Amino acid sequence: MTRQLMTGNAAAAWGARLADIDYVPAFPITPQTEIIETLSRWIGEDALAARMTMFESEHSMITAAGAAAATGVRVFTATSSQGLLYGMEMLYAVAGWRAPFVLVNVSRGLAAPITLEPDHNDIMAARDSGFLQIHCATCQEVLDQMLIGYRMGEDAGVRLPVIVNLDGFYLSFTREPVDLPEKPAVDAFLPPFDPGPTRFRAGKPVSQAVAVLGGAPYSYFRYEVELAARAALNVYDEVAEAFATQFGRRHDAVEAYRCDDAEIVFVMIGSFATKAREAVDRLREAGTAAGLVRPVLLRPFPEAKLRAALRGKKAAVVVDQNISIGKGGVLHCELASALYGQKGAPGALLSFIGGLGGRDIGAEEFFEMAAVAAKAAETGETPPPRLLYTGHELREMRKLQAIAHVEHAEAGETP
Amino acid sequence: MYRIRFHGRGGQGIKTASRILGTAFFLEGYEVQDAPRYGAERRGAPIFAYVRAANDPINERGVITQPDLVVVVDDSLVPVPAAGVLVGLGDESVLLIDSAEPPETWNRRLNVAARVIILPAASAGAEVTQAGAECAGAAARLVGVIARASLEAAVRQELADMPGAVVESTARAALSAFDSMAAEEGVITEGTLASARDYAVPDWIEMPVDDVSLSGPAVHGGATSVQVRTGLWRTMRPVIDYERCRRCNWVCGSFCPDNAISVAEDGRPIIDLDHCKGCMICVAQCPPHAIEAIPEVDAIVAERKEKSA
Repeated sequence: MTRQLMTGNAAAAWGARLADIDYVPAFPITPQTEIIETLSRWIGEDALAARMTMFESEHSMITAAGAAAATGVRVFTATSSQGLLYGMEMLYAVAGWRAPFVLVNVSRGLAAPITLEPDHNDIMAARDSGFLQIHCATCQEVLDQMLIGYRMGEDAGVRLPVIVNLDGFYLSFTREPVDLPEKPAVDAFLPPFDPGPTRFRAGKPVSQAVAVLGGAPYSYFRYEVELAARAALNVYDEVAEAFATQFGRRHDAVEAYRCDDAEIVFVMIGSFATKAREAVDRLREAGTAAGLVRPVLLRPFPEAKLRAALRGKKAAVVVDQNISIGKGGVLHCELASALYGQKGAPGALLSFIGGLGGRDIGAEEFFEMAAVAAKAAETGETPPPRLLYTGHELREMRKLQAIAHVEHAEAGETP
Repeated sequence: MYRIRFHGRGGQGIKTASRILGTAFFLEGYEVQDAPRYGAERRGAPIFAYVRAANDPINERGVITQPDLVVVVDDSLVPVPAAGVLVGLGDESVLLIDSAEPPETWNRRLNVAARVIILPAASAGAEVTQAGAECAGAAARLVGVIARASLEAAVRQELADMPGAVVESTARAALSAFDSMAAEEGVITEGTLASARDYAVPDWIEMPVDDVSLSGPAVHGGATSVQVRTGLWRTMRPVIDYERCRRCNWVCGSFCPDNAISVAEDGRPIIDLDHCKGCMICVAQCPPHAIEAIPEVDAIVAERKEKSA
């Protein structure tokens, strides 16, 4: 095992290479493109025995991924943001086919206005599709979770495609030390995909795209997907345990950092959660019993583990890097549904929206969120959800709007 | 934790500089995080990159707002507000500038108390892409915990895909910059961690409800791209030799991806230097080889001389 500096994109490419992928349907999009560029180079150098096909869109790319996975080969593909949404119809379809493969999504905010920087609205849009979701906080996790993702998705009791999510820029273009596992160790952990009797063969054609009328057969098939996803809760635990045994690194479905005696707990997903981890250490030094709960597995939703990690806490501070327009933070809603009416649920459940379009979250903002939460726990009054946005930022915005106002007037369209 | 930010332009090796320094720290046993940040991925556009190094695993992420060291590879960026060179520069920070001007000038000009260290500007005509590596070499000496051999190994590792001659000349440039900073070894010390006891309370606001005429993301002005002087991004300048130019016009003008070459009344092609980004496609395409590429820095020096004469 060698430890080297590696970007999140390189870690994703290494995960695919070590998993011995057979097929890569591809379509470029920033900030994901480096992943398929790297795989393309390796294929060209004969370092990776796989076939890559460029498609004209993510819709066709995901169709091809599902079709290839149905034949029993190991498939990898990657996209980001607008691309994930362009292929959205097929996310639901291939999950319904029960075709397992790994799709890496490099999170990036959605238009309009258009941006290159990350938030989680792209991946949240895919949460109801039947794809399982793993959210990474470090480059090491990206590599490790690709291997875990294949083994979980291909499990005979699951058979669902998996999205491994990493944040654009904050992981995709950021180098960190990554332990690169040895190939024999990976082979011992991740055997070749065995589709069993479900393998599609050209000589024995079947139709994957069956039509059903009347709600009952439809309900049956969709709920079987739901049950398979729920079964993945245990499968994930088993696979993560096997991974820890093989490689010595634990990747629990829910990371609980300094939670045992914590009173105020942050709840976050993705790479920004390491900022919360840092804030927890600093808050502890200042005498605040803070902790962090990070769902690594988001689909299936590890409800029981989240309840256990948050039991008896004074307050939970959910920081959503997404916004369900007209409702608020998605993670906050999901956590509320998991905690409502449960014995020992945190006294206060606060919602903050932060990090939209890559907007940074400062250490002082974590400290202040903890202070607001402590006050809410003390008074029993939970403040309304808040967007992390400062007066300074609004002044900057107003400056740009003043320019737009002048332009508007010059164009003869006085507002 | 060491927090170091590099500023420069696309093509000057800024990302490589941050990686050389990051790898050098890593070879010394540090935990490291390095990343470039760019909007327009184009030669000459302002970019920055940052390096964090610490003994413990690094949980901090994102752009460094309180740098211990800011390295400026291209001093023409300092007055460009969008480049953000001075963001978070405190009295304890150090500013390393690749410049022909002395530190006092920069302290006075910028009105900052931060210590300014000058890396003498590369001689005119030197490899532009080595500027970043030189700055990385100098920065490695300033932190004082990186051995010369680790710096050299880092350069070789980061340039492994480059031709041997480039690796050798870049290694020489980085090591010579490292040696030149001997007197300043160790002036950069690790910055402190944030304190949850004593912090500036964020001035969060309630977002105002604005009319859609204001809150829709529209640009109302026409031809705004004309106002953006992308010519500032140029590191090489195309210069037409009108003696050789055959006035065929359409070749250089049609190939110019920025439509920055127009035709004068007398048939001469004219390059709009406010918007030429220096891609050098016209230089490559010109049938009679009448367009020459010269380093922008030389062109500017020549212009200044001409003006003062």
